[in-house]
Amino acid sequence: MIAVENSNTSIPSNTQLKAPEPEHCPGPESENAGKSDSCNGCANKEICESLPKGPDPDISLITDRLSSIKHKVLILSGKGGVGKSTFTSMLSWALASDLNLEIGAMDLDICGPSLPKMLGCEKESIHSSNSGWSPVYISDNLGMMSIQFMLPDEDSAIIWRGAKKNGLIKQFLKDVNWGKLDYLLIDTPPGTSDEHLSVTTYMKDSGIDGALIITTPQEVALLDVRKEIDFCKKANIKILGIVENMSGFVCPNCGGESKIFKPTTGGGEKLAEELGLKFLGAVPLDPRIGKSCDSGESFLDLHPDSPACDAILDVVDSLRDIVEAND
Amino acid sequence: MSEEVPQSLKKVKHIILVLSGKGGVGKSSVTTQIALSLVQKNFKVGVLDIDLTGPSLPRMFGMENGKIHQSSNNGWIPVYYDSSKQLSLMSLGFLLNDRGNSVVWRGPKKTAMIRQFLKDVEWEELDYLVIDTPPGTSDEHIAIAEELRYCNNVDGAVIVTTPQLISINDVKKEINFCTKVNFKVLGIIENMSGFICPYCDECTNIFSSGGGENLAKELSLPYLGNVPLNPQFIEMIERQSEIKEKDGKDLIALYSECKLSEIFSLITDKVIENVNK
Repeated sequence: MIAVENSNTSIPSNTQLKAPEPEHCPGPESENAGKSDSCNGCANKEICESLPKGPDPDISLITDRLSSIKHKVLILSGKGGVGKSTFTSMLSWALASDLNLEIGAMDLDICGPSLPKMLGCEKESIHSSNSGWSPVYISDNLGMMSIQFMLPDEDSAIIWRGAKKNGLIKQFLKDVNWGKLDYLLIDTPPGTSDEHLSVTTYMKDSGIDGALIITTPQEVALLDVRKEIDFCKKANIKILGIVENMSGFVCPNCGGESKIFKPTTGGGEKLAEELGLKFLGAVPLDPRIGKSCDSGESFLDLHPDSPACDAILDVVDSLRDIVEAND
Repeated sequence: MSEEVPQSLKKVKHIILVLSGKGGVGKSSVTTQIALSLVQKNFKVGVLDIDLTGPSLPRMFGMENGKIHQSSNNGWIPVYYDSSKQLSLMSLGFLLNDRGNSVVWRGPKKTAMIRQFLKDVEWEELDYLVIDTPPGTSDEHIAIAEELRYCNNVDGAVIVTTPQLISINDVKKEINFCTKVNFKVLGIIENMSGFICPYCDECTNIFSSGGGENLAKELSLPYLGNVPLNPQFIEMIERQSEIKEKDGKDLIALYSECKLSEIFSLITDKVIENVNK
């Protein structure tokens, strides 16, 4: 049977189940836990039945913990590899360059955490104290949290089912001592599954400012992004806007522009128009972005005069205008 | 859990998984192209898409309007590309009413769906079944590994990566997963390896280069080759229905004209070679 690769990793778990959940498991935390039809015969039935029912008491703890954070922004995309983490890192660098702001970045991608490397802190580890887990600080006003910091080895695979990931996400929300923050940026994995459901459920009373949707121009990506927008509607999350990433490439040799991922159906802008959402801008492909992410440096500091940098800062400005409109 | 090969997979000679820890590196493009290359080599090919929350394969094959039919013994009949039945596809995308609908499922439900995909789909006799997966090492992957545990026709996994370090790190995790569940790694493909400017023919390594090959060396795994970024391929995928209507050329014919088909023909040969080793 498949188990977690390193059981000595400090894994928080509220519910120790004896066996994997059955097909139609209502979820050990739900009101029907231990009572639904599929619970009959399940090895976990007794455990689930004996768990406290009703609203999750942790939600109020989470709400307390997050109450000192002014703005909470989710970075979402249905599709993988469109640049969610890259953009989260840019957003973190850009916001943190304003020394009056306190920024936190949280990486919810449990199976493929990339944010720590992009922010240049993948070798760090987490310290815990009476007041909770301390985030890893990249600069005075930029802290971050990721499962990467808990791995004994950089390449360890986290082979976890959903329920286990939910436990960790809850702990990230409940136990990380962020202190006072102006922005908490939450980077998510691709898809519409456990991580997305959990973060929105756990934060329902804390108030999420909204979601920033990242896409690339081609229809194959837009197809998945539509699903993510549908999810946001179902989960009542406001969409702050759409950003189109990798939207054109300027050859460094001849200056000719090519559309590598062709927007045959109009790209992100058309999608935004179609669904009545704000289009925040298009960021061109620049090989130097990938390089600076690999080395964990800020692209915005290294190449402040590039068109990509201008485009990113424009998006950041429009995002701040939307989020801070009601301050 | 029964300790034998699921009935539906008994007529399948070889099963190949396409895996990557990272999203958006081109698992679905690679799956599509391996399938098309195998078809060009006259094999009978089935493709199974277990990316439940973001199925892209129906779009890739231009089969978005396909519908799954039920067979007389309550199984599911995969969607055939054309009447020759040489290429068939199964995806959750076929079961959605609207292409924009989201499937918001937690783990156990995804596991159940994958189990159903493996048990209830009535594949005809196939030379190869290529399985496309979502990114990560979670529910879908655990489910597929468990379901395929007793299959002696599983040949292994093709690992897809892009050249940059960020991607390599996630891919190492996926290879660790393969070791855990005893999937043989058939080889590593480096996708999006360089872009050839259509104006000046200068190759730019947008996502750097060489990462996949170094990774293969480091872990002594077979390296299958690098695939450049090719806007023509993306355009071909996106405009295939239009072209099919106008010129009557199907995807298989179109793909033979695409530059990438030569590269993939070689990659597929290497995969077949490693399968038979």
